[in-house]
Amino acid sequence: MNAAPTGSIRPGFAELEPVVARYRDIRGSLITILQKTQEIYGWISEDAIDFIASGTGIPPARIYGVATFYTQFRLKPAGKYMLMLCKGTACHVNSSDEIRAVISSYLGIADGETSPDGLFTLNTVSCLGCCSLAPVMMIQNPDGEETFGSLTRERVQSILGDIIEKERGGAAQ
Amino acid sequence: MKVVVGQGSCGIASGAAKTSAAFERLIAERGAGVPVEKTGCIGNCYLEPIVDIRSDDGTLITRYVNVQPDMAAEIVERHIIGGSVVEEYAITAPDEGFLGSQERIVLRNAGIIDPESIDAYLAAGGYKAAEKALGAMTPEDVIAEVKLSGLRGRGGAGFPTWFKWNAARENVSDEKYMVCNADEGDPGAFMDRSVLEGDPHSVLEGMAIGGFVVGARTGVIYVRAEYPLAIHRLSLAIEQARARGYLGENLFGSGFGFDIHIKAGAGAFVCGEETALIASLEGERGMPRLKPPFPAQKGYWKQPTNINNVETFANIPWIISNGGAAFAAIGTEKSCGTKVFALAGKIRKGGLVEIPMGIPLREIIYGVGGGIKNGKAFKAVQMGGPSGGCIPAELIDTPVDYESITKTGAIVGSGGMIVMDETTCMVDMARYFLDFTRNESCGKCNYCRVGTKRMLEILERITAGEGREGDIELLEELAVKIKDGSMCGLGQTAPNPVLTTLRYFRHEFEDHILRKKCTAHSCKALVVYSVTDDCKACGLCRRNCPADAITGAPRVKHEIDREKCVKCGMCETVCKFGAIARD
Repeated sequence: MNAAPTGSIRPGFAELEPVVARYRDIRGSLITILQKTQEIYGWISEDAIDFIASGTGIPPARIYGVATFYTQFRLKPAGKYMLMLCKGTACHVNSSDEIRAVISSYLGIADGETSPDGLFTLNTVSCLGCCSLAPVMMIQNPDGEETFGSLTRERVQSILGDIIEKERGGAAQ
Repeated sequence: MKVVVGQGSCGIASGAAKTSAAFERLIAERGAGVPVEKTGCIGNCYLEPIVDIRSDDGTLITRYVNVQPDMAAEIVERHIIGGSVVEEYAITAPDEGFLGSQERIVLRNAGIIDPESIDAYLAAGGYKAAEKALGAMTPEDVIAEVKLSGLRGRGGAGFPTWFKWNAARENVSDEKYMVCNADEGDPGAFMDRSVLEGDPHSVLEGMAIGGFVVGARTGVIYVRAEYPLAIHRLSLAIEQARARGYLGENLFGSGFGFDIHIKAGAGAFVCGEETALIASLEGERGMPRLKPPFPAQKGYWKQPTNINNVETFANIPWIISNGGAAFAAIGTEKSCGTKVFALAGKIRKGGLVEIPMGIPLREIIYGVGGGIKNGKAFKAVQMGGPSGGCIPAELIDTPVDYESITKTGAIVGSGGMIVMDETTCMVDMARYFLDFTRNESCGKCNYCRVGTKRMLEILERITAGEGREGDIELLEELAVKIKDGSMCGLGQTAPNPVLTTLRYFRHEFEDHILRKKCTAHSCKALVVYSVTDDCKACGLCRRNCPADAITGAPRVKHEIDREKCVKCGMCETVCKFGAIARD
């Protein structure tokens, strides 16, 4: 953490600058900085990694190493709605694979992919801890997150259908 | 009178927030003047949303279950205003039995008090144990009490808590750390989440007592980022405790100061391992290192560090208040006290249960859990997650204590208990866990990194109907080598789910490999699909079949051409009448 930030800020990272400034001298803060970066931009770009590197003095390779180690970090842009489908043990024995197949066919995206309209990203996650309501999915969007339990084919389709309708309705106004 | 709505993550996922809002609105409209409060997980997740009508002092009057917003009007009208219980929505006697057979120490406040109110915690006797420990006891006294209690680490390893505390205490340093491991990574476990959401102060109090004992002034809670509600309630609890002087300088006039901050994990199962957790706290990749030095000697920032699990900490205030002997009187000789289990899977009444150690599995599955869903046959229960194993139906009378469960090849672990029925394929379960550990291996040790990958490939081959003779022996050989060749607990235990399924369900592996049969009808590649007489000839399956393997016409029962069928299962997924059968 010895290299001082250069005078010129890379364009587009104005929101990240105070984060780096706040944490650059607190040791062990790299994961926190990456979490804040993802909170701001929705993902972590190569340019963001370079920006953090120049601000903190941590080599970009090390930042990349940390970012790729943890499942939370996304190195590709995500859709507006992040579908986090639980693949924990309880969900697995309660056929979460079939729910994934329904989502995939409904939206035309596989695990880890984003729909062409940029609305949805499907991610399977290790466990959301709502095992008694398996199968479970958490949907994150800029307004917060909502968890849906006891999923069935119909329920998933109606949840996704509602979102699509809401988004289209919103666009029409 | 007050209305209390259970609002843990499970409750909210079932719609509890909407139910709560409905009560608030209706009570305001009717001018009933009754407060609507929230509480954490009550435990009976299968009955969520749960609404309690309690007296002002908190005594339960009536518990309503599965309360959807449209039921609120009737409860407000008839009960809150009219004064008579709405019997048809109230909990039934068998469901009351779910809680009745439990003994609650860790969950003493969960589902009763408002987790967002320090006053509620104080009214329930909160911070009295910290006051007693810091004010009237020496660190040695506390260690003696914890030793007497027989408390063992609830994170999975079952290591005596007093021993760890003592080791951290004996390592002299100006700077020490008390870390709470709340990175509940086991898929299928949610005990820690429920404690953090339902009674966060109990964890803070346990940590403060632990900090006092080992001489740590800083506490860190490493909590999963996937638990936003837990993080929110913990942050709130920490702020409140600071404001009231239960965290900060000179606690209870003892001269001892202790404060806690939260670090959100970023998703890595291996960070449950102590040295990996420390690396992650320091902002690095969460990779374990060789021990010794143990964290008690060189941990966080190379200082003596003690790490305990959420549930361990939540036990501490109870032990200090009630005495170690009272705790040791519960459970068995070597496994004292209670243990919280997350009961899920193919169980009728899933939820959070806290039972005295030593009661038989049967009691939990059939007594508390009400048996298997949909009248199916019980096949096995998975304990200990990816480090544990599957205990078969014939061992259902095994007592749940550390030693007895370890003998079966599983482990007590952190408390996940996933029940499986006749439709669960055990080879697929083994594949599932290997897929998990392969994914979560940090990659440092070759055997763990490559070995789990090879085991997974074999298991995938078997479940795809391409198993070969010799595969079972190869799995066993790899299992031994991975155990021997891995540095940390992740690799050392990764083969366990395979070994226990091989031990008890070898015939299922053989059926897959030799007869190309999955008796649970679960492995799609081995399933033969057919259309039953429930077919309404709607044509949905025919139109969706990617292989054009389905024939039929309006009002003509459809048929699947087995030669053309690619066993993708799409017909079963899309059929609205359940008319696709598997054989």
